[in-house]
Amino acid sequence: MRPLLAAATARRVLLQLRHDPRTIAMMLVVPSVMMILLRYVLGNPLLLNRIGPVYIGVFPFVIMFIVAAITTQRERARGTLERLMAMPLGKLDLLAGYALAFGLMACVQVTLVLVISLTWLDVTLPGSAVPMAVIAVLDAILGMASGLFASAFARTEFQAVQFMPAFVLPQALLGGLVVPRAQMTDVLRWLSDVLPLSYAVDAMQRITASPSWTGAISADVAVILAFTVAALVGGALTLRRRTR
Amino acid sequence: MGQAGPVADDGLVVAGDGLLVRRGGQVILDDLTFSVSRGQVTGLLGPSGCGKTTLMRVLVGVQEITAGSVTVLGRPAGHPRLRDRLGYATQSPAVYSDLTLAENLAYFGTVLGLRGQPLAEAIAHTIARLDLGGLERRLVGTFSGGQLARVGLAVALLGHPDLLILDEPTVGLDPVLRRDLWALFHKLAAAGTSLLVSSHVMDEAARCDTLLFMRQGRFLADAPPAEILEQTGAPDLESAFLTLATGPTETAGR
Repeated sequence: MRPLLAAATARRVLLQLRHDPRTIAMMLVVPSVMMILLRYVLGNPLLLNRIGPVYIGVFPFVIMFIVAAITTQRERARGTLERLMAMPLGKLDLLAGYALAFGLMACVQVTLVLVISLTWLDVTLPGSAVPMAVIAVLDAILGMASGLFASAFARTEFQAVQFMPAFVLPQALLGGLVVPRAQMTDVLRWLSDVLPLSYAVDAMQRITASPSWTGAISADVAVILAFTVAALVGGALTLRRRTR
Repeated sequence: MGQAGPVADDGLVVAGDGLLVRRGGQVILDDLTFSVSRGQVTGLLGPSGCGKTTLMRVLVGVQEITAGSVTVLGRPAGHPRLRDRLGYATQSPAVYSDLTLAENLAYFGTVLGLRGQPLAEAIAHTIARLDLGGLERRLVGTFSGGQLARVGLAVALLGHPDLLILDEPTVGLDPVLRRDLWALFHKLAAAGTSLLVSSHVMDEAARCDTLLFMRQGRFLADAPPAEILEQTGAPDLESAFLTLATGPTETAGR
């Protein structure tokens, strides 16, 4: 991988976003608006304190998934991917560029949702907010990597959009958002164990319960990172220089 | 247009030998043996769907070969070292419509290995060449069809490639622009660049130094326009193509 080409690609992706302020606004604002909604739907700050942090990790995951899936699908459909593959650009340069650009967006997105949650919405954490921010950003990057990978299986933008519910909703159901994973039947529990979002939810729940970083959190983070790397490698494998 | 350009030494920039491409059980390119000479404008003429784009994609290295071999600039097609020596323009412009012209060129130029002053010079030179001055800061998505086609060409020209592969670069453009682009192609050829230009419009055939007539994945002819006219005795190249396509001697010119 050549860092300069990855940086140039990240810059290009961010420039594309800059010309599309509405998309930037939605990426940054939607997770915060969802948190505010959640606060008033629950009606009870104490309940939000227990449930809210998990969503701080989930909303960015969902939004990054869809943004990355569609951006990559567009790159395939409009021929720019083929042009780049005929040029001296490595697949890893391209993927790292995407990861960098969307990772930066994720940082801004997560900072905003955290600040709003911790000030206006009175969410209190037992410890520092930094571990939560780190995990939320990792979740967002996992969403992005999954979106990149999923886009390989979408022939049209329409399909890419529909991958979002197909990919995300089952994970939300099985990941412990609706019913705690411990209460699931064995089969559902096994399914839950192989889905990345389960570990994102786990990590967030542990952080709200513990004042300091624990080994269990590290284990969750390791799993999230492993899924991210696997999705990026999968994405690289689906970027073919030559078609049959 | 009858300029000879630099005399080809042994100079072949592309040499194909028994090239076969099969896709989904269908033969797209059927046992092609051919060559493209240095410093010339070679026309790849044939109806839509005859395999022109697939052949170009093979040369650029983004299409897998089923059998046979193709050498481009002395290396097997698709060799990593070829990636900054080829310029490729697809039928659709394949640029970012949500970036400005300058941003597009800066990104593709960086990918081609240009930095700093040489990059700025290459961009300015290419913009001047394709008469895109004044549009640098406009979003490419707002360009007209003719401007878009030139942006696609601009990216292909940006890295001063040795071989330009242009897929229907002038189709659907207004006559003045077409004339200007053909003049540019010959200027590039005179300066030593080799060009392979495809078209399905026969009146462009006469503008090429050499022609590859293609139909259903095979070549009907591989010769300069004058030679093809002579061989077929046809009054123009369109009739010559028809004679070759329907006549009994399908291998003329080989």
